[in-house]
Amino acid sequence: MYKARLFATRYSRLYERFYAFSEPIILNIMRIVSNISGGRLDGLMTRMEKASKGFLFDCKMCGNCVLSSTGMTCPMNCPKTIRNGPCGGVRENGQCEVKPEMVCVWVQAWEGAERMKNGNKINDLQFATDKSVQGSSAWLNILKQREVQAKEQLTVEKAS
Amino acid sequence: MSVVERHPYVDNPGSPLPTLEGHISQGRLERVLRAGHFVVTSEIAPPDSADPDEVYHRAMLFDGVVDAINATDGSGANCHMSSMAVCALLTRVGYSPIMQISCRDKNRIAIQGDILGAAAIGICNVLALSGDDVSAGDHPQAKPVFDLDSVSLLSTIKTLRDKSHFLSGRKIDSPPAIFPGSTVNPFVPPVASRVLQLKKKIDAGAEFIQTQYCFDMPVLRDMMKRAVDMGLTERAFILPGVGTLASASTARWLKNNVPGVHIPEALIKRLEGTVNQKAEGQKICVELMQKIKEMEGVSGVHIMAYKQESSVADMVQESGVLNGREPWFPNQQ
Ligand code: SF4
Repeated sequence: MYKARLFATRYSRLYERFYAFSEPIILNIMRIVSNISGGRLDGLMTRMEKASKGFLFDCKMCGNCVLSSTGMTCPMNCPKTIRNGPCGGVRENGQCEVKPEMVCVWVQAWEGAERMKNGNKINDLQFATDKSVQGSSAWLNILKQREVQAKEQLTVEKAS
Repeated sequence: MSVVERHPYVDNPGSPLPTLEGHISQGRLERVLRAGHFVVTSEIAPPDSADPDEVYHRAMLFDGVVDAINATDGSGANCHMSSMAVCALLTRVGYSPIMQISCRDKNRIAIQGDILGAAAIGICNVLALSGDDVSAGDHPQAKPVFDLDSVSLLSTIKTLRDKSHFLSGRKIDSPPAIFPGSTVNPFVPPVASRVLQLKKKIDAGAEFIQTQYCFDMPVLRDMMKRAVDMGLTERAFILPGVGTLASASTARWLKNNVPGVHIPEALIKRLEGTVNQKAEGQKICVELMQKIKEMEGVSGVHIMAYKQESSVADMVQESGVLNGREPWFPNQQ
């Protein structure tokens, strides 16, 4: 929702704290549920993620969530889906060049980042999204990635 | 012996120059920049035509006053001859073109292929852009791609060139020696963070930056000062963009209709107060170039004189920014 999205940027500091606190909990619950159900509830959890993040941030389920690095503003709402914005076309009043009825996502992102404790994460380079995971759960993707990393770590340790 | 060495065209002005020590590319633009000269670049709008002479005629207007020529890539999301083709034609006679890649039209597969191809035909400079949205141009029915953004495109060039592999990890036999650049708009709010975005582009691999139109000198000066303080001007060459305003009404139209163009009201008033507005617009452009030359940290200026390309030579001469230097051009005596 557009209004909720603007609200998230305005209170980015608060959202940041809430997110930092709740994310590990959410991830743990999802890991346990996914393990117990043998992946059968992954679809349901993905839909729940879509509903909640969709309402709060206008989340587009790109599957590569970077909210905490972009001032709690979802960059996929940028019509050009820029991950390191803004583009050169922002209007003088800060509105988007493509959709003049909306504030430029990246003007919001930089403003939101200024209010956050770890707002300087916006300076990190973000590579374009992996389109093959579009529509999937970013949280489940994080868990999968961690699993892969843990396995790699284990093989490295075994080898040495 | 390589094919190029055996080829009768080896003395062709379009053949690449030897790479100098510490240089990335075999191009003239990088040479002039690294030599510390005040560089002038300009751009040609690619023709709506398949006639190569139209490209050469447009380029010739800049003979002896510019160091490199940008070939825009479907600017304003309008269809024209492709940037790569214009650059290929220009390299044949030895010009130093800057190929623009707009992320609007191509995905990462096409873009990486173009970068390899560009290097193979002697294009040394690439400008990474996001590009205007399709809704701005004459083909609003088109599918916008935006698979990469300009920063991702810069890191892609770096990967191809320095790591010698595609984004997929597959190896490249001979990497492309590309001198990459990008753009920044110093006037987007919040303006204080523009220098941080400039840094991001430089971190991603931009070696030179050509900015949006700069009509507001105090804002530009402020960004440049921050850039100097952060050491960014040591890491990349910055060429602020200037333009000509044909009249006060064009200026107002640009300000209101072309997103990203910021023109101070005082400048429009100044145009309104004169009889020959076109001449005054060019005078303003000359003054802007002179002011930019005095700024700390700038390496040159980029002139965007859409539909006034024939006045570029006079404006550059009048401004004196070249200090009597005559940039290379084909058949120069
Ligand atoms: S103005 Fe902002 S939101 Fe609109 S396309 Fe450009 S970066 Fe994206």
